[in-house]
Amino acid sequence: MSLDPATVRRIARLARIGIDESDVPALQGELNGILGWVEQLNEVDVEGVTPMVGTGHAALRTRPDVVTDGNCRDAVLSNAPDGVGPFYTVPKVVE
Amino acid sequence: MTYTIEGKTGAWEIVVGLEVHAQVISHSKLFSGASASYGGEPNTHVSLVDAGFPGMLPVLNQECVAQAIRTGLGLRARINLESRFDRKNYFYADLPTGYQISQFTHPIVGEGTVEIELADGTVRHIGITRLHMEQDAGKSMHDQDPARSFIDLNRAGVALMEIVSEPDIRCPEEAGAYLRKLRQILRYLGTCDGNMEEGSMRADVNVSVRKAGEPFRTRCEIKNVNSIRYVMHAIEVEATRQIEVWEDGGEVDQETRLFDPSRNETRSLRSKEDAHDYRYFPDPDLLPLVVEQEWVDALERGLPELPDDKRDRFVKEYGIPRYDASVLVAEQAIADYYEEVAKGRDARLAANWVTGDLFGALNRTGRTITDSPISAAALGGMLDLVSDKTINGKIAKEVFEDMLETGDSAAAIVERKGLKQVTDTGAIDAAVADVMARNADKVEEYRGGKDRLFGFFVGQVMKAMAGKANPAMVNEALKKVL
Repeated sequence: MSLDPATVRRIARLARIGIDESDVPALQGELNGILGWVEQLNEVDVEGVTPMVGTGHAALRTRPDVVTDGNCRDAVLSNAPDGVGPFYTVPKVVE
Repeated sequence: MTYTIEGKTGAWEIVVGLEVHAQVISHSKLFSGASASYGGEPNTHVSLVDAGFPGMLPVLNQECVAQAIRTGLGLRARINLESRFDRKNYFYADLPTGYQISQFTHPIVGEGTVEIELADGTVRHIGITRLHMEQDAGKSMHDQDPARSFIDLNRAGVALMEIVSEPDIRCPEEAGAYLRKLRQILRYLGTCDGNMEEGSMRADVNVSVRKAGEPFRTRCEIKNVNSIRYVMHAIEVEATRQIEVWEDGGEVDQETRLFDPSRNETRSLRSKEDAHDYRYFPDPDLLPLVVEQEWVDALERGLPELPDDKRDRFVKEYGIPRYDASVLVAEQAIADYYEEVAKGRDARLAANWVTGDLFGALNRTGRTITDSPISAAALGGMLDLVSDKTINGKIAKEVFEDMLETGDSAAAIVERKGLKQVTDTGAIDAAVADVMARNADKVEEYRGGKDRLFGFFVGQVMKAMAGKANPAMVNEALKKVL
């Protein structure tokens, strides 16, 4: 698998990362290098092997339906760069 | 009959599938311990998990899983004992983590079916493709400030069930019937309150058109329609638009659109161009969800009687018509009310009073069954007086109105107003004789063959006795002397 320049630009856009056109060839090389390295895994024959989703046999932990958290607005908003009153704000996003 | 829309080139069929987002009834959120209740102060029902702080880990709410399974069982669907959570990646200001935790490849509920009934009595089965659990997003407010949008994360992380139907729906009426039925089932199960106005149930509508016998053509998705009426409108408007595009030699693009009810049109949402490229992958913070069959069985045993079963039982047990039974099971509270009235009484009479006079009274007074001014026991008490012939049907209407106004019991009203039915044959015979004497000419006509005058005599006798006579006895007495 190898990425063409258009796919590199698309991935950047989906990730909302602004890149210069001049960066595309270098990024293309890096990403293809990573993909190529991971592709080595294709050499392993996994025919008939159940996909592994975790290393342990632990089951997913669940919790009872009880309110134990929240009501910590100051902490929640502590990193908001432009909070107004009880709200986060962002540059206007209108459909 | 197949519903079609007439275009320049002939008739077109429409094909519709619905994705319904139903907010799960629970105390806390799907993956955090913050409150899931509606209407808190902005950003107070938010934990650091919901706000997407680094290092915070999601822990699944057991009750939300139970609710999803109950809903799956109510949709007669397959429950998948193993399901998984995936990340659905997209950027939006009210989604702090940059991904929604959802179930993509392995949903908790598989194929099921919903039975719908149309106005003409046609019964159809709409297939359910799947039901999966996912997180709701926060809320953006755009009208507070000229340059900024305000974000409230109270809804962020609340559990939703996305219920996806097969493209089995063929007309707006079926879409409406499907949504009403789904809402009814969710309310019976107590898994979602089904309140579309408050947004706890909303629908994405997939619409395409085709000529008879064709395979499916390209569909468009109309996002976030928030009333059943709008869903029905949106389908018609969008189908008509697509027909025009095809007939003008164009191609319908697969895209996301928005329904604007004020202009009765759908518009392309260009901002969602990449919307279908979510780069799903398994959420590494969450192991697969494995549930035991015994637990599913226990949840199934705990389910209430579902509307279809209740309707069929009412028909069988109470001998009432299917239509009446459907009306009575529309809401669980109505069904309960009816059963309390009908138990041990004339069940058909009870059905007539509940669907007729009682519904009329609730409508007039703007009440619902749960705060009905006449309780089931009180209405039952009145029906007892009808059955034991203390009052007749006509007087019953008067007593009912009085009950509505005063809240008194039927027996007390009959006592107070002296409405007890007259079954004394002497009094009835006397009234009959009097009426005949005063209307000798009519008696002559009747005997000369004018049969329909019989009703006139009945009316006169009843009037003379202030409506309190036993109608059957009046009939009999009149027949005897005429």
